[in-house]
Amino acid sequence: MTEILLQIDGLTKAYPGVVANADVSLTIRKGEVHALLGENGAGKSTLVKMIYGLVKPDSGQMMLRGAPYAPAQPRAARAAGVAMVFQHFSLFDALDVAENIALGMETPPPMRSLAQQIRQVSETYGLPLDPYRTVGELSAGERQRVEIIRCLLQSPQLLIMDEPTSVLTPQEVEILFETLRKLTAEGVAILYISHKLEEIRALCDAATILRLGRNVGTCVPAETKARDMAEMMVGSTLHTPERHPRAMGDVLLALDNLSQPSASAFGTSLKNITVSVQAGEILGIGGVAGNGQDELLAVLSGEMQAPAKAVQFLGQPIGQASPQARRQMGLLCAPEERLGHAAAPDMSLTENALLTGAQRQGLASRGFLKWGAARRFAEEIIARFDVRTPGPDVAARALSGGNLQKFVIGREVMQAPKVLVVNQPTWGVDAAAAAAIRQALLDLAAGGAAVLVISQDLDELMEISDRFAALNEGRLSAAKPTAGLSVDEIGLMMGGAHGMEVAHV
Amino acid sequence: MDLSAINPTLLLASLMVAATPLLLAAIGELVVERAGVLNLGVEGMMITGAICGFAIAVNTGSPVLGLVAAAIGGAVLSLLFAALTQYALANQVASGLALTLFGLGLSALIGQGYQGIKPPSFPKADIPFLSDIPFIGGILFRHDFVVYLAIALTAAVWWALKYTRAGLVLRAVGENHDAAHALGYKVVRIRVAAICFGGACAGLGGAYISLIRVPQWTEGMTAGIGWIALALVVFASWKPWRVMLGAYLFGGLTVLQLNLQAAGVAIPVEYLAMSPYLITIIVLVIMSADKSRAPAALGRSFHASQ
Repeated sequence: MTEILLQIDGLTKAYPGVVANADVSLTIRKGEVHALLGENGAGKSTLVKMIYGLVKPDSGQMMLRGAPYAPAQPRAARAAGVAMVFQHFSLFDALDVAENIALGMETPPPMRSLAQQIRQVSETYGLPLDPYRTVGELSAGERQRVEIIRCLLQSPQLLIMDEPTSVLTPQEVEILFETLRKLTAEGVAILYISHKLEEIRALCDAATILRLGRNVGTCVPAETKARDMAEMMVGSTLHTPERHPRAMGDVLLALDNLSQPSASAFGTSLKNITVSVQAGEILGIGGVAGNGQDELLAVLSGEMQAPAKAVQFLGQPIGQASPQARRQMGLLCAPEERLGHAAAPDMSLTENALLTGAQRQGLASRGFLKWGAARRFAEEIIARFDVRTPGPDVAARALSGGNLQKFVIGREVMQAPKVLVVNQPTWGVDAAAAAAIRQALLDLAAGGAAVLVISQDLDELMEISDRFAALNEGRLSAAKPTAGLSVDEIGLMMGGAHGMEVAHV
Repeated sequence: MDLSAINPTLLLASLMVAATPLLLAAIGELVVERAGVLNLGVEGMMITGAICGFAIAVNTGSPVLGLVAAAIGGAVLSLLFAALTQYALANQVASGLALTLFGLGLSALIGQGYQGIKPPSFPKADIPFLSDIPFIGGILFRHDFVVYLAIALTAAVWWALKYTRAGLVLRAVGENHDAAHALGYKVVRIRVAAICFGGACAGLGGAYISLIRVPQWTEGMTAGIGWIALALVVFASWKPWRVMLGAYLFGGLTVLQLNLQAAGVAIPVEYLAMSPYLITIIVLVIMSADKSRAPAALGRSFHASQ
């Protein structure tokens, strides 16, 4: 076996109320891709933050190349050859690519020679990038390239990647893997954090699995079944949502040649979108984040006004209708971003139930609120969707991500919508809650409603939707039946490789 | 009405003098805001600087020492704001307003006994040869050195923000403090330094009024210049040269309307008095119609939580 690069022994970190990491140990060898697996809240982020010097461990030790390693801050970690690509990109929108990269370096060369180096490295590894473009204008995939090149320019020995593929199309993922394989061939070790098991099986040489902050096992991914790894992560057997055959009915919601400029400077404008959803159907809309998903939801919910005829509900033009009017008709929406968009974080669950349920559930009359009825409605949601909370008086902020998401989706489902639009229904939700939410959407469609699911989780869309379409730079591809759709086709619908090319070292 | 009473050389020369305190305060606030901090206490720091500078200049007999004391006074007062907002995570708007009120009160307290005194006069820096150029020499090259210091400071701030690493880090902190922290930059330390710089500049601007422009001490003598400086930074789209343009425009209009008043123009005094504010704002609003925008983290508190 090759020599050991990083050895972690009994690392423990506790925050008030939670133990994020308890006695975690792992070994990373030179030139190895090591996967770190675990559900949300399993302690993956805390562990890599300790390796990168952002968080100090309470106890335990690390050895880098046989020498004790305890970085006091990221600067020390970078000096020791540890680089990190963040999940939520640590980039500055208003600065250009070269400035962003210079900020991540200890002793950056003058701007002009740095720009030269960026061009060189980006060509070598097949990640084309213009050093003088403003980062705010780049796509998610391009932004990730900025981060990766920032790391590569420092010739790291250990590269930490936190969920790098969540923003990429399948083709881009393939090219990223090529780049990573080139790096490992040069002796760089990669610590790869993900919960996408098939990717890990394709890429990684070893895997460490965390659950609730503890090591629960190691495995060789190529020789382990994805299902076995998933059950190690979750700690129990998984329940797969059931699909019942269902009859398709009339077209309930139709978008007719919808074009809509984005409201924000760095947003994406919608261009010529034409699509329809029938009763009993689930339409899945995929695509990399930032390709018009937020704008599409805003147009459907009524937050953004569109030409009247561009949005039709049961044949009626509703492009100019207000969100309340749409709710009254039976078009309900559950936006992404639980804390802030879908729910008011500091208000109680009862109040949150009132906010969207007041009309259809009759929770208000003549401007006065019916608190009793609102409370009963919230309790019904909690009971039917198994929301784990002490009661409806708890603030939305106090719920875990998965529980609040169940509440937010449940609140709309319980109002018996004719059409339900959801954006990222299971983002950041644990596997059991995700399965419950998907089941609820399937049941709703079986009951004759039309469901439009916008998501970046392709596996989810393949699992529940009848037809699939993808957003790419504000355009929507033609919808195709999901049965028999190949990964290649999906990738092309999502826009292919966005101008990336395979590394040619 | 006698417009011939207005001497264009004198008018343009006094324009530069009128603009200098505003320019100093605004360029300091620009740096603070580019670091992502909104300090509404400029007025308070200016008036504190004005009295600190005045008192020291009177007691030591050295106007230069007075200016130094003014900068220190403004910076020390701004540290109070820094402690409140960066360590205690208090609301920046409320803290800034409190700082202005506190500064006005504090300066009135220190200033008791200094009213009616004349400070030591400030030497003019007649630049040899250049000041002898007809017309232009009189306008540009016969001022005290603070006028030139303010211009040099504008150039230095522009250059530092654009070309130096420290400037890049400062902009990064103002743009996205979480990302800057993740890269290992000391967000709080950088912001405190920026706040201090802003305080020193505001103090200097205040002392320029009490030692050079007026020169005497009266309570509340900064008369809203600090607020104009705040507005100027926003309308100048956080760009140093535009701040200077705005300051000179405002200074020029102020001087012009005073001259017009003296010349007895048949426009009501109230309209003349409001014209500098109106015209400066209109011009800068038109100029700020381009894509430039505020630092993204402006006014948001930073706490290094997990």
